[in-house]
This record gives sequence, C-alpha cells and structure tokens, in this order.
Amino acid sequence: MFVVTPLKSPYRVNWLTSSSFVIAVLLALPIFVIAGFVFSGSADVFTHLYHTVLFDYVSNSLLLMLGVGFGVLLLGIPTAWLTSVCDFPGRRIFAWALLLPLAVPAYIIAYTYTGLLDFAGPVQMAIRELTGLGYGEYWFFEIRSLAGAILMLALVLYPYVYLLSRAAFLEQSASTLEVSRTLGYNQWQGLFKLALPLARPAIIAGLTLALMETLADYGTVQYFGVNTFTTGIFRTFYGFGDAVAAAQLAVCLLSFVALLVLVEKYSRRKSRYHSSAEFKAKAKLIYLSGWKAAVAFLICLLPIVFGFLIPAGQLAFWCLTQADLSDGSFFQLAWNSFYLAFLAAIIAVSFALILAYASRLNPKKVVRFSVATAGLGYALPGTIIAIGVIIPFAWMDHQLIAMAKKWFSVDIGLVLSGTLVALLFAYTVRFLAVSLGAVQSGLDKIKPSIDGAARTLGYTPMQVLKQIHVPLMKSSVLTALLIVFVDVLKELPATLILRPFNFNTLAVRAFELASDERLIDAAPASLLIVAVGLIPVILLSRSIAKGRAGS
Amino acid sequence: MKFTRVVSTMAMAAVFATGFLPLSVSADDNLVNVYSARKEALIKPLFDRFTAETGIAVNLVTGKADALLKRLEVEGDATPADLFVTVDAGRLYRAKDAGVLQVATSETLDKLIPAHLKDVDGYWYGMSQRARTVFYVKGKVDPAELTSYEDLADPKWKGRICIRSSSNIYNQSLVASMIDANGVDATETWAKGLVANFAKPPAGGDTDQLRAAASGVCDLAIANTYYYARLVHSNKESDNEVAAKLGTAWLNQDGRGAHVNVSGVGVTKYASNVESAIKLMEFMASDESQVWYGAENNEYPVVEGVEVSPVLKGLGEFKADDIELSKLGTNNRAAVELMDRAGWK
Repeated sequence: MFVVTPLKSPYRVNWLTSSSFVIAVLLALPIFVIAGFVFSGSADVFTHLYHTVLFDYVSNSLLLMLGVGFGVLLLGIPTAWLTSVCDFPGRRIFAWALLLPLAVPAYIIAYTYTGLLDFAGPVQMAIRELTGLGYGEYWFFEIRSLAGAILMLALVLYPYVYLLSRAAFLEQSASTLEVSRTLGYNQWQGLFKLALPLARPAIIAGLTLALMETLADYGTVQYFGVNTFTTGIFRTFYGFGDAVAAAQLAVCLLSFVALLVLVEKYSRRKSRYHSSAEFKAKAKLIYLSGWKAAVAFLICLLPIVFGFLIPAGQLAFWCLTQADLSDGSFFQLAWNSFYLAFLAAIIAVSFALILAYASRLNPKKVVRFSVATAGLGYALPGTIIAIGVIIPFAWMDHQLIAMAKKWFSVDIGLVLSGTLVALLFAYTVRFLAVSLGAVQSGLDKIKPSIDGAARTLGYTPMQVLKQIHVPLMKSSVLTALLIVFVDVLKELPATLILRPFNFNTLAVRAFELASDERLIDAAPASLLIVAVGLIPVILLSRSIAKGRAGS
Repeated sequence: MKFTRVVSTMAMAAVFATGFLPLSVSADDNLVNVYSARKEALIKPLFDRFTAETGIAVNLVTGKADALLKRLEVEGDATPADLFVTVDAGRLYRAKDAGVLQVATSETLDKLIPAHLKDVDGYWYGMSQRARTVFYVKGKVDPAELTSYEDLADPKWKGRICIRSSSNIYNQSLVASMIDANGVDATETWAKGLVANFAKPPAGGDTDQLRAAASGVCDLAIANTYYYARLVHSNKESDNEVAAKLGTAWLNQDGRGAHVNVSGVGVTKYASNVESAIKLMEFMASDESQVWYGAENNEYPVVEGVEVSPVLKGLGEFKADDIELSKLGTNNRAAVELMDRAGWK
C-alpha cells in the first residue's frame, strides 16, 4: 500500500504533493493533447454540421442523458435504500445480485434485446403467427430507438448509483435515524428529509459516472441508429476522415461535462458531508411484511431480471443452440481480459489514492485542477482517449529511439506506444474518474478532526493510516477496484486501437464477430465477459458486506 | 496485509505471463507485421496458410481503419507495421493520401490484378470484390421493375426500402460512385428521393435490412453480396429461410454496371520487411487464396479466370461498374455532406 502521511512533516507532504502533481499532469496529458486540436484545422466541418445535423446530435444527446439519468436514479436509489435500511425476504441475495448488470456491457445488452424484440426476432414473430397480422398492423415497442437506447443504458448503468448510494445509506449511522425520530419524522419523511439529502454526494457521484458513461457510449447508440454527439464525433472521424474536427467536437463534449461537474460542485459549495459517528451503532432494519415485502421484492427483482437474467439467458441460449464454438482460444482471451483488467484496476486505484490524499492534505489549486481535468476522461469515448494517448507516447518513443541509436546504436522499436504500457495508461486515464470518485467519497467520510485527534493521542502518521484509514477506507477501495476491473473488462475502443500484435481480449472478439453481423457467434465471448466480470462482483460485494458486518 | 501480498503476487505473475517487451522491429526475412481493418476471422486463416507454406510468420493487429491509420501516422518511421489491410477503396485512398503507404511494385500483382481494382500509382492492390446491390422480396416485387440505383428514388418505392445508416462506408462509397456518374446536385436530389422511400429509419447492419425485408418490413433491401451469400451458406435454418424469400437484382446493367468495391492491401511507407510483405500480397492474389475468399468469405475474386464460389454463382452473372476506385475516395467527403443534407441518418 502507500506510505501516505497526513499532517506535519513538511518533507513527506511535499513528496506526496509533487508525486500527485506529476501523476495528475501525466493523466491529464491525453486530454490536453485533444484540447490542443482546437487550435488547428479549419471550421469547414463545423459550418457543415451546424447547417445540417448538429441540432439532432445535441438534442439526442441531451434527451439520452435526461432519460438515462432519470432511469438510473429510479432503479438505483429505491433498491439501494430497500436493501440497506429494510428487511424483507431475499434482501441478502438482492444486495449483491443487484450489481450483476454491471458485468453486462451496454452494447451487448443492446444486441441481445434486439435479437429478442426486433421485428425479425422470436417475440414479434410469435405475435405475427398468433394474430396473423403483418408488420405495421400492430404496435410493438421499437427497441432500436432513443427510448430503447435509454432503457438499455439505464439497465446496465444503474448499479453505479445503487453501489454508491447503498454505501452511503449503510454509512448513515443509527443516530441519523434517531435524529429523524426525534424530529418527529415518520419513515418516509426520514427518507426524503434526512437520508436522501445526506446521501446526496454519493448519489450524485453515481449519477455522474452513469451520465459520463452515457455520453461516451458509441456502441449502443450507433447500433440503434440514434445519432448523438458521440456518433457525430465518429462520423466526422470515419466519414470525413477528419481527426482534427473529431477532436474538436470531443472538446465541446468535454467542456459540456466540465460545466456540469462545476455546476454540481457549486450547488453544494458550502456543505460538508462527514459521518458524525465515531463508532457505528448498528442501525435497526425496518421490517417489511405482507404486501410491502412483496412490493420491495418486486422492485429489487425487476432490474436483475431485465438487466441480467434475460440478456445472460439469451446469450447462454445462443451459445448452447446455435453459436459457432469451433474457435478454442477462449481461455487465452479470458486470461488476457482478466489480467489487463486486474492490472488496470490496481494502477488506477493506486493513482486515485495518491491523488485523493494529496488533495485532502494539500488542496493546492494546481493539483485540484489537474485532478479534475484527468477525471474528465470518463466522458470521452475510448477511441478519442486512445488517440490522445498514442500521440504523446509515439513522440516519446521517437525520442527514446533516437537516444538509444545515438548512445548504444541499437534499434529499440516502440517501447511505449506499441506495448501494453500505452493500453494500461489509456485505461487509467479513461477510468480515473471512477476510482477517484469511489476513493474520494470514502475519504470524505473520515473527518479531518479524527486524524488530528489520533495524532494528539500519540499515533504516528503511519499508525493513523494503518489503524484508522485502512479499515475505514477498505470498502471504498474495494468498490473502486471492482468498478474499474469490470469497466476495463468491458472496454473496447481503446483496446482495439492500442493493443500489441497478436493480442486479443474477449471484448475484441465479441466486437469483431458482432460488427461482422454475426451476433449469435459473438455470444460465447460476450457471455464470458459477463462471467469473468461476475467473479469480482460477487467476491468483492461479499467482502464489502463482511467488512460492514464486523464494524 | 494479506490482500496486498496476493495482489502484488498476481500483478507480478501477470506481467511475466505476457511480457511487456516490445516487438523488435528489426528487419527479419521471416516476418510480416500486419495492421488490418479486416476482422481477424476474415483474414487470419489466410495468413496461417501463408505461414505454413513459406515459413514466414505473420503478426496481426486488427482494428478500425481510421484508427489504425492514425496509429500508422503517429508511429511514423518507427512503425512495426509492414502491411496495411483494409476494406473499401475509400479507406485505401485515405491511407495513400495520408502518406503512410509506399509504392511496392510486383510484376506478378500487376499482371494478375486488373487496372481498375488497384491504385493508379501502385500504392495498393484490391484483393477481393463485393457488389452492393438490391435484394427484393419474391412475390412482392417484379425484378423487371428494378432497373437502376437512380430508379430507387422513384415515388413508386415509397415506404418500401430498407437501407442502413449513411455513417456506413459502403453507403458512402455507393453515393460516391453516383456522384461520379451523375454529379453532386443530381445525386443530392436522388438521395432525398431515396430517404423519402425508406420503410423505417436506418438502424443495424446489412444483414438486419435483409431480415427486415424477409419479415415484411420492406420490399427492397440494399446490402453487400457477401451478407446475402452468408445467409444462403449458413447452417442455420432461419438464415436460409430469409435468403429463400429474397431475390437478387443487378442494377444499371445497360449502363455503368453494378456498384462494386474491394478489400485491399498496401505496403506501409516505413516497412522493414518489404520483401516478405510483397510475398504475402502475392500469396493473397494466388489462385488458392482467391478461391478461399469465395469459399470462406463469400467474396468475388479480383483475379480474372478464378472460379467464383457456387453460392455467388447462384446470384447470377452481372456487369460491374469499372469506375476507377480511387474516385470513391476523392468523392467520399462530398458524399457524406450530401447525405447529411438529404436527411439520411
């Protein structure tokens, strides 16, 4: 772990501040590279887009965000509240099962539902056979639409809100509940006037992640024929072959996200959210029975059924009945995916810890600005990040090659851009926001005064870290690891561009078959992504639960 | 802390398991490094045969054409890539235009591949062909009615046509070929007429359009030949049923001919293994490989005299447009802009 020392020793603090500054700047580099494109190229493409399709792009993106935002809150908060504050049959299973949709990539859930609900799929086929009606003579939900895209994204992104807001509900100590009783609130008033406002930073953090992921999504919307700002970026890149204009559009997207983040920060500028309880009295669960229990059960069951069981079942069905399983390299693919995701999770979370501690102990504006900039990477499509990574890396490579030639007269080749280094770096940039969000929300809950108190009691900084921060931070760090792991497992575009020769992952394989319009043959690889993603989801959610039970 | 130990052990194991060591780019007669925008499944079997026959190993990265192109550009003279493989002449043109290819002359290739299927200056060669044409629902459409691409904008087809998004390069190249034939203004009017005839907003791929037509959403689907041939060839009954409901119509047979495009390959500007790279290209143009393209990928050969696969033969013979394919590249931007203006999503 990291030697992070709060307070005192100016030398140590400098070490932390300077290393965090270097990390932050390094991670923000790809974003600066992309932003640098603003100063080159011409405005031709912009004029053209403005006169034709820009309005569509922007309005579709906004509607998509609005819909997904609403959807993830609607699915995430009630389930989080029910599983953390209430007791009803199945609660323990729901507590971790509600995370399962996290393991399903958005583009894959889109493929499976299209296979099911499309006019040529089994459901509509059955309707036509039963009723004798033809296409257009009956109404059926058009899955390939803006509404369809909203539904797909909300189903797989709500776990972000669920995960973070559940953690917040669980952290709210029994005293919160007692306060609410003292104020004469009933359960509902307690929820809306105390629990929700207190959980607001966590809910917003989850929502932000879901919305940034939504903006970065290309696979789903493109497959559904919904033209968003992001598909516009790629149309400009692939259609016009104009990487500069594409990067400029990406900068617009970034500025928009930065603005949103700023507005949110400003809106709660004065509030501080630290847990007040030094010891955690175990909150008494609200016991539900009868129809209340049934409603709670259903509310928790539906997201799992639609976000996980149906798509995974459909994939399994395709695997068993129709898919071409002749290619036996699945073990290699799964291993590649697994260790890449694992390494990326370790790296991203380590960096997040350093950055989070640095900005806690030494909130310099420069550090904060770089950290915030690096965190924006999550809203950028992976392809754009990859280009932002490969440009400076290739430049550094050329310097290295020149040096090696001059001093050792050997040709070392591309040491950075042609290897996994570039790929892991891109993952870190892309997913820093995720790990940082989780780590920071954990850290925020430890009041700075606790550190002070412990030091007064004669604890060394290391002891403070070991005996206070490590136990208190454990579940946040695990959460961060889990999300980055699963995200990298699902990541496609950056992997596609930056991977070295003869190196494939499950996501690459699934994408290649699916984009070759062989959805059914893509099922085995897709199912494996889900399966590999499940292992850490289950393990970590258990260990989080265990950590809680002990406190 | 136990957790930390487990984590670090696994991390170390992972690092050693694959090796972070970069690939050496030193010239090696027994190696070709390929950046391919063709999917692995559609190209690797061919490379495996090449390796088995010649002993020359092939390293492969696949990805999206424009992204690989960007990678080639920024890697510059340090690039490990020797060959760039991609689909669609528009992309090949873009690679040439970006200055990442070199002229690699081969008498064998010049002899085998007809002039309109390779770059005028010798920067790239087409290796397989596909046509983009219209498939009609048998019983609902009289094939005699299908005369030309131009005719698809006629109001008689209102609400009867399925075609994918204009973001797709196949549609962009089709429109680029029409710009060459009829000019920008006429083509824009045509595109507006075509959009007015759409049965539904464009979504999904070519196969989806074929399935849509077969299940009654529309009467005509525009698709590349290999997607249709794959449904015929498929061992899934439901695929065969879709194919059985549809017929192939060849357009502009009295004029310029049906729109065709290629998958192609070029040697990169800074290739270290030029000789092996050319050997691989020659292998791709050999009779054996050309037959393979037909049997496995349902594509037409570029080399004349090579037997067309039985499934493709079933689609009937046709006259192909022999437009110089580089023009698809030069017209690409105009095509995309025009489709934006026409409201083709």
